[in-house]
Amino acid sequence: MPFDWRQIWEIASAPDNVPIVALLFVAPFFMWYALRQGIANDKLIAILEGDAQAAKTKYRKTQEWDPKWEREVHTWPYLMRMEFLVAILVTVLLMVWSLTLNAPLEEPANPNVTMNPAKAPWYFLGLQEMLVYFDPWIAGVVMPTLIIVGLMVIPYIDSNPLGNGYYTYKQRRFSIWTFLVGFIGLWVLMIVIGTFIRGPGWMWFWPGQTWDAERVDYAVNRNLDQVFGIDGSWLAPIFHTTKDQAAIWARAIFGIFPLVIFFIVAAILVHWVCTRTEFSKKIYKRMSLLQLVTMYTFLILMLSLPIKILLRLVFTIKYIWVTPWFSI
Amino acid sequence: MPEENGDGKSKTGVLEKAKDSAAALRETLTEKAKQQATELKEPEKTQLYRSIFRVKHDEEPRNRALSVLSNVFFHLHPAKVNRDATKYNFTWGMGGITFYLFIVLTFTGVLLMFYYHPSKVQAFRDILYLENDVPFGKLLRNMHRWAAHLMIIAVWLHMFRVFMTGSYKRPREFNWCVGVLLMVLTMLLSFTGYLLPDDQLGFWAVTVGTNMARATPLLGNEGPGGPQMGMTPYNDVRFALLGGSIVDANALLRAYIWHCIAIPLIVAIFLGVHFWRVRKDGGISGPAPVMLESEIKEERSPRPVILRPSGMG
Ligand code: HEM
Repeated sequence: MPFDWRQIWEIASAPDNVPIVALLFVAPFFMWYALRQGIANDKLIAILEGDAQAAKTKYRKTQEWDPKWEREVHTWPYLMRMEFLVAILVTVLLMVWSLTLNAPLEEPANPNVTMNPAKAPWYFLGLQEMLVYFDPWIAGVVMPTLIIVGLMVIPYIDSNPLGNGYYTYKQRRFSIWTFLVGFIGLWVLMIVIGTFIRGPGWMWFWPGQTWDAERVDYAVNRNLDQVFGIDGSWLAPIFHTTKDQAAIWARAIFGIFPLVIFFIVAAILVHWVCTRTEFSKKIYKRMSLLQLVTMYTFLILMLSLPIKILLRLVFTIKYIWVTPWFSI
Repeated sequence: MPEENGDGKSKTGVLEKAKDSAAALRETLTEKAKQQATELKEPEKTQLYRSIFRVKHDEEPRNRALSVLSNVFFHLHPAKVNRDATKYNFTWGMGGITFYLFIVLTFTGVLLMFYYHPSKVQAFRDILYLENDVPFGKLLRNMHRWAAHLMIIAVWLHMFRVFMTGSYKRPREFNWCVGVLLMVLTMLLSFTGYLLPDDQLGFWAVTVGTNMARATPLLGNEGPGGPQMGMTPYNDVRFALLGGSIVDANALLRAYIWHCIAIPLIVAIFLGVHFWRVRKDGGISGPAPVMLESEIKEERSPRPVILRPSGMG
């Protein structure tokens, strides 16, 4: 199959996809911009830590400084002129964008003609992509709730007092890595997959593959109990039930084990990461029990997403735990 | 010039007197006109200007402070700020850009409302009308659309910078939470607007989106525990969102009301709280002087409450 450039162009130039293409450049830029300032501050911190005298007298910022300058300046004009300037620039950008690119308008809504693929707007494609890995009640309801609550608890579980109000990397390695993994590595990545990779039927199309609506995926997804060949029908006589009933129960009970193992292994891993260095041990000691439990729970749940993605995409495993009421 | 006699009394007649005062009047009038014309070169000295702005516009420190403090829009700001905080590199201006985009969206959105009817018969045609016949209608629609997308990117980047500067740490924990809610509301605003053109794109996006609501635990007819709670496609949470069991006229009306009235109002309220708290928490968090590991203090319990008067940031 030849590399299909037209397909790539078609996806990237769809007007509603332009923002996500822009984000592909903007997100790494600001990541670099933030880390660059963090590294500059880290150098300053290293100097101050090595020199007690400097720590007392030196200006503790990387910004230019002169003893003759006032510490504070008037908001008008020094801050507000910047704000007005930025407002003008944003307006110009928006004007140019609006003059060169038209908002999409498809055919009138028609419930009888299905769009394939039917995609949510790009900023929700992360959630839609999650539908591949979890049942809708998890992907559409539980996960969004966990993301929102998880973001809101961040200030209450991060007990590291350093790095409050300045960029730094060394003083906040763990929290920065966690955030980058969650924001860039999971959220943005899933949006990119949902935008560029997922074609008709929400099937996986590598960049350059033509989106073929006729394609049929033959990959058979299995549940973990099938992989292990769990068959509980022999239990039927013991519990006086039918063979089918016994098989269902055996499956439901089997599924608890891998889940428990995951939680234990993940907890150990999280604990290891959280107490790896002398500094993180110090922070760990400052945390209350409630803070620890909350943090570990959210980290473990966050870890479950890449694990589930891996199991599904690489090992074609659909469910880990199958019960009569719900499956995970 | 009229003649005067020795004892200073005018001997001239009535006519002369009138001429006299006319000349004097002319002189004072031209004088006044000239003076007032030059005064117009400094409009901030006029009564009109002062009645509006209350303070002179000059480089006096007092007046610079007052021009911020005595203006209802400007006084969101403190009179003075940290010199390093005025630079672009700390905040990237992202919060401000987000706010500005919200204003742009309100403005273009109100204009769009003049041309839009939230009904199945008219909605799609209104968009066609906007695109083809309304003067600048296409530009208006494009600006509203792209500003919405831009706002989402800007909120994410704002959150990213707040995280990277550790600005959510004490005493700004609560404002971070307000921010998270603002971000969710921003995305919901965008999403509810997606349906309004009533085209295939919006219809299927909203169909996909609200189908997930079917699976809400306990409250959706396909969610775990839903049927046991008596949920059917005609009474569950999806039905409440759409005003029906399919995406149709009622869904359009509900999306319209959420999009144009309810969510913008809620956002405005949260924005008020957000800005208020930025000030009350002592202004922008930095760029703060770096802190060293050796300076970490023992955690005191119970933790002291930090209260700072506004404008001291
Ligand atoms: C509609 C969306 C939002 C608007 C219009 C907005 C606006 C602003 C503005 C203008 C500032 C002043 C500093 C700056 O420009 O960076 C600010 C600060 C702040 N914002 Fe937001 N924001 C929004 C959403 C958020 C979100 C999503 C978060 C975090 C999850 C957040 C958390 C904060 C915090 C903690 C501060 C204080 C930062 C500091 O002191 O350095 N905001 N916000």
